[in-house]
Amino acid sequence: MAELKLFRTWSSPFALRVVWALNLKGIQYDTIFEDLSNKSSLLLQYNPIYKKVPVLVHNGKPLVESLLILEYIDETWKQTPLLPEDPSERATARFWAKFGDDKVMLSVWNVFIKQGKDQEEAIVTAQENLGFIERQLSGKKFFNGETIGFVDLAFGWLANLLSIWEEICGVTLIDHEKFPMLSEWIQNFAGAPIIKESWPPRDKLITKNQALLEVYTSKEAPK
Amino acid sequence: MGEEVKLHGTWASPFSCRVIWALKLKGIPYEYIEEDLSNKSSQLLQHNPVHKKIPVLVHGGKATCESMIILEYVEEMWPQNPLLPTHPCERADARFWIKFAEEKQGPAMWTVYRTSGEEQEKAVKDTLEMLRAIEAHGLVDKKYFGGDKIGIVDIAFGQIAQWLGVIEDIVGVKLLEAHKFPRLHAWIKNFKEVPIIKENLPDRDEMMVLFKHFREMLLTSSRDS
Repeated sequence: MAELKLFRTWSSPFALRVVWALNLKGIQYDTIFEDLSNKSSLLLQYNPIYKKVPVLVHNGKPLVESLLILEYIDETWKQTPLLPEDPSERATARFWAKFGDDKVMLSVWNVFIKQGKDQEEAIVTAQENLGFIERQLSGKKFFNGETIGFVDLAFGWLANLLSIWEEICGVTLIDHEKFPMLSEWIQNFAGAPIIKESWPPRDKLITKNQALLEVYTSKEAPK
Repeated sequence: MGEEVKLHGTWASPFSCRVIWALKLKGIPYEYIEEDLSNKSSQLLQHNPVHKKIPVLVHGGKATCESMIILEYVEEMWPQNPLLPTHPCERADARFWIKFAEEKQGPAMWTVYRTSGEEQEKAVKDTLEMLRAIEAHGLVDKKYFGGDKIGIVDIAFGQIAQWLGVIEDIVGVKLLEAHKFPRLHAWIKNFKEVPIIKENLPDRDEMMVLFKHFREMLLTSSRDS
């Protein structure tokens, strides 16, 4: 049987994308948990340029960068396809996943680390970006249609991390009135069995993110 | 497949050029629309409402945005003269370098162009680090990133072949010294000799005028703000 190993941390939302993809396709693999404050020599050897998780190693060959790993998984194991077949729809999926990572993620994070007027501006930007995503859903259960696909996995972090940040900071970014489709997508995605069974423990995530938010908020505070 | 292809671009944009090179390498006829970025066409804004940027490829009425996503689309629609390898492992490698060009090498290089003082010094350091990574890992025993023929990664790094030189001359900093980057230096020469690339590089002198002017405007407005 082919040798498949996934280097990850317990909390990385990027590694989670790969976990979900492998589980959705029913692919067996071994997990190696990394301590990012003390990276293994194997990790540094497999990912010398970025030195990050996740790394998927297939028969000794390392694959890095979560969305690229998803593309590799989809091309190597054809069951339960993550990307659509039509080239135009594939381009659309890649566009929204890139938009998510390039723009949405940072703009949402900024809402929770900034304060006062900066936070108000951050909310406007984040909600503008989320508005584009809301319109993309337009009545579909998932971004991929009836089943979970590439874009859903790319936005998976919205379905758990966002509510954690909202809880810690007491700020609601995605409310049901302004973002009805996105709110429903979060419920559908978070509750899907393959997704649900892989969520990291919520209390551990809250503790970790509380600490992270404190560090970043103090960096952002006016000096 | 017989539907018309339109490309919205600007003549001096490396991102626009990527799409032109891909279309020409595959022999795909297209209509080119030169955009004035200070007065964007209503079609551009309709086709790319999220980013409002070029390039945008319109095929059979459907728009595709973001140059490297456009290239993957072109590759899938018109498989002749393939730009991506066939094996998933090699495709993953190619996509790694594309992402590196988009997120690391490109932004560092353009930050050198857009800034001055301490910010520029940092950007120079970052750019050199990126170039070293490409030199060490990207071109080992290969004439092109694509192997014996140019491919999608060569196109992604096309900025290094022409635009980097323009930036170096304008800011007065030599980044890509031949003795420090022998592989990249050889690659630039080989890349620019490929007929389709040679015939479709924006004129260097005209670029110097344009980019000098933009840089002055940028630095003035950042001083005033």
